[in-house]
Amino acid sequence: MRHLILSLAVIFWPLALSAFEIEERVLFGTQDNAQTVRVISTGDVRVFEPMINGFLADHPGVSVDYTVVSSSELMKAISQEKAAFDVAISSAMDLQTKLANDGFTASYTSQATQSLPDWARWRQDLFAFTQEPAAIVLSKDAFSGLPIPQTRQDLIEILRQHPDRFRGKIGTYDLRQSGLGYLFATQDSRTSEVYWRLTEVMGALDAQLYCCSSDMINDVSSGKLAIAYNVLGVYALSREDTDRFTVLLPSDFTTVMMRTALIPENAQNKELAEPFIDYLLKVAWTNSGQQMYDASATLAEMEDSLRRIRLGPGLLIFLDEYKKKSFLNAWENAILQK
Amino acid sequence: MSAEVHSRGSIRRRLLVQLLLGAAVLAIALFFIVQSLARELAEESQDNILAAAASAILDATSVRQGELLLDLPYSAFSMLSNISNDRVFYAVYFGETFVTGYDDLPTATGSDNFGPWFTTSEYRSEEVRLITAVRRLSSGGKPVSVAVTMAQTRDGQRDQLLWISQIAAALGTGFFVSVTVLALLAARSSISPLLRLTDSVGRRGPEDLRPVAAPVPHEMVPLVAALNSFMDRLKRSLAKSEEFIADAAHRVRTPLATVRTQAEITYRRVEKEENRASIREMIRAIDESSRAAGQMLDHAMVTFRTDHLEQDRIDLNSLTAEMIERLRPTAELRDIELELDQQNATETIGDAILVQSALRNILDNAIKYSPQDSTVTVSVARKEGVAVLTIRDQGIGFADTDVENLKGRFARGTNVESIVGSGLGLTIADDVLRAHGGGLSIANNSEGTGACVTLSFPLQ
Repeated sequence: MRHLILSLAVIFWPLALSAFEIEERVLFGTQDNAQTVRVISTGDVRVFEPMINGFLADHPGVSVDYTVVSSSELMKAISQEKAAFDVAISSAMDLQTKLANDGFTASYTSQATQSLPDWARWRQDLFAFTQEPAAIVLSKDAFSGLPIPQTRQDLIEILRQHPDRFRGKIGTYDLRQSGLGYLFATQDSRTSEVYWRLTEVMGALDAQLYCCSSDMINDVSSGKLAIAYNVLGVYALSREDTDRFTVLLPSDFTTVMMRTALIPENAQNKELAEPFIDYLLKVAWTNSGQQMYDASATLAEMEDSLRRIRLGPGLLIFLDEYKKKSFLNAWENAILQK
Repeated sequence: MSAEVHSRGSIRRRLLVQLLLGAAVLAIALFFIVQSLARELAEESQDNILAAAASAILDATSVRQGELLLDLPYSAFSMLSNISNDRVFYAVYFGETFVTGYDDLPTATGSDNFGPWFTTSEYRSEEVRLITAVRRLSSGGKPVSVAVTMAQTRDGQRDQLLWISQIAAALGTGFFVSVTVLALLAARSSISPLLRLTDSVGRRGPEDLRPVAAPVPHEMVPLVAALNSFMDRLKRSLAKSEEFIADAAHRVRTPLATVRTQAEITYRRVEKEENRASIREMIRAIDESSRAAGQMLDHAMVTFRTDHLEQDRIDLNSLTAEMIERLRPTAELRDIELELDQQNATETIGDAILVQSALRNILDNAIKYSPQDSTVTVSVARKEGVAVLTIRDQGIGFADTDVENLKGRFARGTNVESIVGSGLGLTIADDVLRAHGGGLSIANNSEGTGACVTLSFPLQ
């Protein structure tokens, strides 16, 4: 059975009236189905399509309404607008944790959720289904004749020895714009002081600030950047031009982000949200998840250097406005060298 | 003849009920004590962690130029997630001004001014444990205070309590079950000396009046002493009456012999038929009396000798043959044939005089109850590990109802009232056989008429 994929004009849908900003909206499955799972997600349609089609094949007579938003808009939609979504999927672990902590989620227990490792689940509310390491992407051209660094300390040494080669050619997240960048940066800073030294070195070499991983990788590929720091490794590895750059998972430590799914408290269709979560976890945690973000094969070899971001109230600290302000201040001082 | 014993209550049951009631009370107490201790501990540990988290935040505060500097420590929150996955809320106030966190979070207050204060309250429709701690600082010469409120839901505590309750319940149940088993064993073992005594007394033969010699628990000593002294008195009184009977029988028998001789002499002299008949009747009565007296003597002798049973080798074949020869004249008087059927050598161990006495009494009966011109058959054989003497006659046999009763002293069959008898013959034989570890069984012949009495002895 081939699923009909409908890209629908956003304005025909009542959600269009919502105050949160929708990037894309796709309806999977036949239109006349009474049963619809409404998913709000930060993930690309392209990436989730196989998984959703698999779910629909298992559940005939069901359709999936998939809405793509940014992580902050997702937070807004669930906590402020109380929009009626059945499943919320996001890469922003901190915001997802805050939703669960502040009581905007419905708890769910099943065999699939219970079989998750402890670090992949918080309470009965938050379920991780990917492991995505933050990588350093290095342009092969820019590093020709230089050793490939393995740790942040190696990188600092190289940058200090060749300031002219790398000046203006280092890219990293603009923490003021990117929630994921902020999450990676705060976790890096917790893990090691070397983060701040690296940030200062990058700042001194006129680092370029980006909103998104893909832009940074594009620029590395095109030669505009020599180094992209803290980009999602899987984004880089899934491209076709991987011969142009090296994806480095630093051996001193590699921060690992997990995408999480939850059922919002005001989900209208929990009976369908629950099998959807089960299916998502099943696909992601078994080998059938090749088409998903799945870096587990690479990760298994470097378990020692992995720093999985821990789900739980600790993540709330850096969401605190006061804390965020002071962290961003320190970061701006380091990166902008004001 | 056994009198009905009235029973009220049971020592074992009383013991069990008391032990089990006690155990149940203890088990329930155990459950509640463990549970309340666990609750207290769980609450205390949550309070301690909340207090540690609040003070970690307070320690990270300072005031510079009238402004609060706050660096929320990661550890303050992560330590809360170490013991449970509970939701966490917080609020920081500088003086009266809200600084950061959840501005609608209630705060705890207390009677003193120092804190920290704890309270349990409702927040976002869940029960939370809440601590408010205050730190006093100074700014521009004026005292200022920072207040931190940390709150945590109590799911983890609830789960922990549930788990501990289950363990406590299992513990209580286990305790109760083991005490039940122990109580059953204790009740059984405390009752067992009594059962042993009952058994040893109950297993005794009717004549066994020896004192109980086996050691008993000292609580039972008065009972056993009373029993022993009672049996001793009974034994002496029995011995006295046996002696009396033997003495009486002896004293009667001698004069009876004289009377019989005189009666015989008189019989020969008298010629008138009706007088002769009277005298014949008289002689027969005298015979009966002296026979009864003889049996009473026999019985007394049996009682005496079975107390100290001799252990000689007895050849049952020759013993039987001798006895038949001795009784043949009596039998011939009534034209009764005595037949001996010996198959193989048969020996037993015991007191030959007693065995003779038993056999004589049985044969005597057989001759007495046999019609004239009939045959009494005695067979000696080995069967299935026992030596068996069988005496068959062709008389009227036993009435069906009395087969077991007849072994009693002075018991007589319901169908022989017309024939004079003492009722001691079978009793004597039974006593003798029992003393030898054998048995006496009486029945009617399976073929034809007549009684069949079987004496069985253990083979040598």
